[in-house]
Amino acid sequence: MNWTRRHLLGLEDLSAEEINVILDTAESFREVSTRKKKKVPTLTGKVVVMMFVEPSTRTLTSFSLAARRLSADVVSFARGGSSILKGETLLDTAKNIQALGIDVIVLRHPAPGTPHLLARNLDASIVNAGDGSHEHPTQGLLDIFTIRDKKKQIEGLTVAIVGDIKYSRVARSNIWGLKKLGARVVVVAPATLIPPGIEELGVEVCYDLDKIIPECDVINILRIQLERQKSGLFPSIREYTKVFGLNAERLAHAKEGLLIMHPGPMNRGIEITPEVADGPHSVVLDQVTNGLAVRMAVLYLVSGARG
Amino acid sequence: MGTTLVADGRTICPDQGIDRKLNVLLSDGRVAELTESRPAADKVINASGKIVSPGLIDMHVHLREPGKENEETIASGSAAAVAGGFPSVACMSNTDPAVDNEASSEFVFLQAERAGLANIYPVGSVPKGRRGEELAEIGQLSRSGTVAFSDDGSPVSSADIMRRGLEYTKMFGKAIIEHCEDLALSGDGVMNEGTLSTILGLPGIPAASESGAVARDIILAELTGGKLHIAHVSTAGAVELIRTAKRQRLSVTAEATPHHFTLTDQCVKAYDPVYKMKPPLRTQADVDAVREGLRDGTIDAIASDHAPHSTEEKQLEFSLAPFGVIGMESLLPVAVTELIDRVLDWPELIAKLTCNPARILGIDKGTLRPGADADVTIIDPHLTWTIDANRFRSKSRNCPFHGKQVRGRAIQTIVGGKTKYRLHPNADY
Ligand SMILES: [Zn+2]
Ligand SMILES: [Zn+2]
Repeated sequence: MNWTRRHLLGLEDLSAEEINVILDTAESFREVSTRKKKKVPTLTGKVVVMMFVEPSTRTLTSFSLAARRLSADVVSFARGGSSILKGETLLDTAKNIQALGIDVIVLRHPAPGTPHLLARNLDASIVNAGDGSHEHPTQGLLDIFTIRDKKKQIEGLTVAIVGDIKYSRVARSNIWGLKKLGARVVVVAPATLIPPGIEELGVEVCYDLDKIIPECDVINILRIQLERQKSGLFPSIREYTKVFGLNAERLAHAKEGLLIMHPGPMNRGIEITPEVADGPHSVVLDQVTNGLAVRMAVLYLVSGARG
Repeated sequence: MGTTLVADGRTICPDQGIDRKLNVLLSDGRVAELTESRPAADKVINASGKIVSPGLIDMHVHLREPGKENEETIASGSAAAVAGGFPSVACMSNTDPAVDNEASSEFVFLQAERAGLANIYPVGSVPKGRRGEELAEIGQLSRSGTVAFSDDGSPVSSADIMRRGLEYTKMFGKAIIEHCEDLALSGDGVMNEGTLSTILGLPGIPAASESGAVARDIILAELTGGKLHIAHVSTAGAVELIRTAKRQRLSVTAEATPHHFTLTDQCVKAYDPVYKMKPPLRTQADVDAVREGLRDGTIDAIASDHAPHSTEEKQLEFSLAPFGVIGMESLLPVAVTELIDRVLDWPELIAKLTCNPARILGIDKGTLRPGADADVTIIDPHLTWTIDANRFRSKSRNCPFHGKQVRGRAIQTIVGGKTKYRLHPNADY
């Protein structure tokens, strides 16, 4: 299959076939990381801008390293050093950056739809590195890559996504990707953190973590934002941990090959206990490693589509 | 000034129950007679094949002056009004400063007079400055020509102020035009709450935010006997509540906008803020309910809720861009295209743009009765064209119907006997 997309705005738009192209490409890039000289000349002469309007050390580091391993020139444009706060609009800023002759903008922004705004108005390729509560496609892809790597397939698996479904871009990207590849997806959260109409995305809603655990092949635990409690969406952190936190006791009835994932950063002792986070089911560090290969694949494919 | 004969048109005056081929004689700024004969006149306008309507009224617009003259002024808004076929518009009080005293309403009249194009009727705020506990000087405002009271842009959140407002305005026979929204339920919402807001990750405004507020205000209208007009109805729930209130013969009226009877939340899919407004675009079921409300008379009037915003602001991130769309120059063609022969016939449509809003605002407009002001809108019902916001008289461009193929257009707008707008016969639409 030929890759034709210049942008990666979300997994909603992609077909199963396209997702597999990214995963297969990531597979071949993963090998690069095991070499002594961890670099390929694929994007020599290309310029990739990291435009992080919302801070995120992990994602920024992962994307920057991915671009450098492909031999691209990398420019970082983080929040503090930009003019974004000085009254210039996002679009102005992006147009100015584009005028420097760049090829790809990797955008992290707190407002949903900002990658679409740039894609509509600029010639550069836009890669969404997380836009508010909308999508975080490379996180979804690296989660799916990790599952495929361990389980050899996605179809037929039961994946529970637990936590702040309402505000989570990670949940949305996982749901789109996993459903397209044939998984059964169950979202588990307090009713106040389940957004309306989520069932129409093809997922099941469950309020009882203990009931669903024995059926799961994968549990993806989301970070609970502590400000949700302050805005009255659940009564207390203690209650959240009691009802929806993952601990060793709860895993007594889990399947043997259960994978436990977390997109990080973790609130240890809140949504997940340290013994589970570091325990035998956890693939949290594999996720980080695979993230690099997936981001290399994405940068490579969108740059290629630009010609 | 002399006499003008608007000849051979299909003359529709729902106020008088007239819909037939008649000649309309205008004399010295007033309607002289409607007649089958052909009286002599200084000037004859051939309206053959056209619809001759009482001057249309857009009862809900925002003209931004004073405060945001870069987006619209009373002059540019007047030009947009007559280009859209409206000799008369009522402008909301949420300017800076707000229209909450005689001086500020006089300013609107003065600027309208300087522009010299359209009749601009100010709507005053309910509490002073659109906030707080003290009622605006509603009596003096009424005497100086303010036609209704509203904090539109926001609701009158306090039930107590709403109650006192309805009691107090009742003395002057004025309506409170309410922007029905429960701000706590809307929260930081920027679009309709539903599956699409979930997919897009945008905070939603539930339908209950509107219907809950409508229910409260209807109950207060019943309590006070005050005159309540519900602005921009967008939900099926609100339509049903208003229908029930009307059955109970309460003094409740309502309006709908072209965007709410035409577009759904699916428009927001690409995060284009040109589709961001309050209340937000709802679902197809809501659009259908609003249309049914128009059809069965639950909804009395069609208004644009013309809300100009600068292009810079409307190119911001969706969640940061301001709410509101412009509509004076697209209202009539969109209404004709979407409603005629499907929801309303011509007299029904014209009633919602003439005598009905005139009755709600208590103004002597919207009719071709002999003696009435010679405000006439001549409409070409067949003209097909494409809406191009770049050619609007309005200063702003935030029109969700830009690029839409439409049918019907005001080709001549007569205000007080004088032509204030005429579409060039060779216009390349
Ligand atoms: Zn309003
Ligand atoms: Zn309004």
